[in-house]
Amino acid sequence: MKRPPNLEGRAGANAVASKGRLRANTWLLARRFSQLSILTLFLIGPWFDIWPVRGNLSSSRVIDVLPLTDPYVLIQSVFAGHSPESTAITGALIVLLFYLLVGGRVYCSWVCPVNMVTDAAHWLRERTGISGASQLSRTTRYWLLGATFILASVTGVIAWETVNPVSMLHRGLIFGMGMSWLVVAAVFLLDFLVSRRGWCSHLCPVGAFYSLLGFHSIVRVRADARESCDDCMDCFMVCPEQRVIRPSLKGADRGIGPVITSPNCTNCGRCIDVCAKNVFRFGSRFRNYANDAKSREHSNPSSGVEVL
Amino acid sequence: MHTRSPAKQRSAPNPASRRRFLLDSARTAGGVALFSLGIGLYARQSTSQPPQALRPPGALDENSFTGACIRCGLCVRDCPYDTLKLATLDEPIATGTPYFTARDVPCEMCDDIPCVVACPTGALDHGLDNIDDARMGLAVLIDEENCLNFQGLRCDVCYRICPVIDEAITLELRANTRSGKHALFIPTVHSDRCTGCGKCERACVLEKAAIKVLPLQLAKGELGHHYRWGWKEKDRAGSSLVAPDRRHRFNLPEGQRYDYAHEGLIFDGIGNDPDASGNGSPFGDDPLSTLNRGIREAK
Repeated sequence: MKRPPNLEGRAGANAVASKGRLRANTWLLARRFSQLSILTLFLIGPWFDIWPVRGNLSSSRVIDVLPLTDPYVLIQSVFAGHSPESTAITGALIVLLFYLLVGGRVYCSWVCPVNMVTDAAHWLRERTGISGASQLSRTTRYWLLGATFILASVTGVIAWETVNPVSMLHRGLIFGMGMSWLVVAAVFLLDFLVSRRGWCSHLCPVGAFYSLLGFHSIVRVRADARESCDDCMDCFMVCPEQRVIRPSLKGADRGIGPVITSPNCTNCGRCIDVCAKNVFRFGSRFRNYANDAKSREHSNPSSGVEVL
Repeated sequence: MHTRSPAKQRSAPNPASRRRFLLDSARTAGGVALFSLGIGLYARQSTSQPPQALRPPGALDENSFTGACIRCGLCVRDCPYDTLKLATLDEPIATGTPYFTARDVPCEMCDDIPCVVACPTGALDHGLDNIDDARMGLAVLIDEENCLNFQGLRCDVCYRICPVIDEAITLELRANTRSGKHALFIPTVHSDRCTGCGKCERACVLEKAAIKVLPLQLAKGELGHHYRWGWKEKDRAGSSLVAPDRRHRFNLPEGQRYDYAHEGLIFDGIGNDPDASGNGSPFGDDPLSTLNRGIREAK
């Protein structure tokens, strides 16, 4: 049956009813705050001539000291035949280390400006009742990721950067957009009309790269209270990477622990928000036992966040 | 410990699902390949730098630059004169890379070259420590028909504004054939000193500049690698390289020589010409005697 496009029927309504609006949107608001703050830090410079950060997400200098570089674009540059200076390498290592710990795709849901575009497109898609799963394969992004490296070495150009909507949007907002908004609009229309979560969850090679960093990352969403799941499907409805929840939420019988271990989980925390039964919480990847009581032995389930 | 997902525990997948997997993979790979072809061709084209777009000082050659620049804009930020811009999608230069347009805002040639220092990857070569060694392009006086100096006027603005005045641009004198009596002061660019900063193009007083800074690969010719300038090689070697230097011998009558430096024809026997004044020259001191001699011989 088709879900009617009204507020009451939408995912998260139960959580709003039981936890209140704020607690049912905590992580969403935190994420928007994070995305907008990072963008603002970059914009304060050009707007007010105070420079907490210079550059853009490809490479930046924080308070004129700390270099940060996107490891993905730097690796492409190496594939294109360039040997980077030490500043860029240092910056890339710092970024690499950060995402290895907190989860690669934290970049996608907490930093990347395109996430706000595709979330808006998805919201509109739901509101207008456009249904249907994506026809694209979720592995497409990995094929594309490989292709970007091959393209760099064949053409000697960082080819992906000539069309990359992620860097184009961020760079455009800070340095001037020109016609680059067309590419962003294309991503919006793709997610709105063509394919459910088409860009971020199927095509984007930047996200694919960061997912590879997140294979062993420590910060994870855990379905610690999975025995209280009432099968409302709300978490499944809001999750941009729908496959990642099921094993840990429903895998108790098959000996699967409660930690969402898939590197494609973006740690967006939306499932935590919309669950009226407080099944999910942020935690670490450790103590991932099929026996739930043992998993929770040393953590405090009421806090929502486990102190690392 | 982690438990493997059930899909990985499954042994011997059935042929139908394997075929579907292969088909799906092939479909995805095909789509990605097609998409990549488009990006690749577009990226290749983006390396053809348009002539009005100049790279910052120290930029590697265009092909290396598009592989080395990660489009972060730190050079743009650290340029104190807001000279540099990052290219957007619609501009005919690799998206996101820094450039400047000399006619709008030229490079001010800062001594500390902050744009190069800012570059994290070395797309702007950190080896460049003297801005006079920068080669952002080369000024070319491209429109002689409209350049005021070529018409015999003393505009000289490009010459006066040049930060490397009298070295990168000099004024070379040439006869003004229109007036018949004046000189043309021709602004002449010397590629061994011109940094391509673009101040001359910015300053040109015409509606559209007669002198333009072009990317080096457009502006410069290149000598055949086997070419040698004979006179330079001779100078370097101290003598001729092809054959020992031998004085050319003219077929002159007895008693006459030829001086190569400046004197010309020399008569060794003094007084062999009855009308000569005795200084060895065929021409007497009195011009009339030369003339009379001609008339006498005609008879």
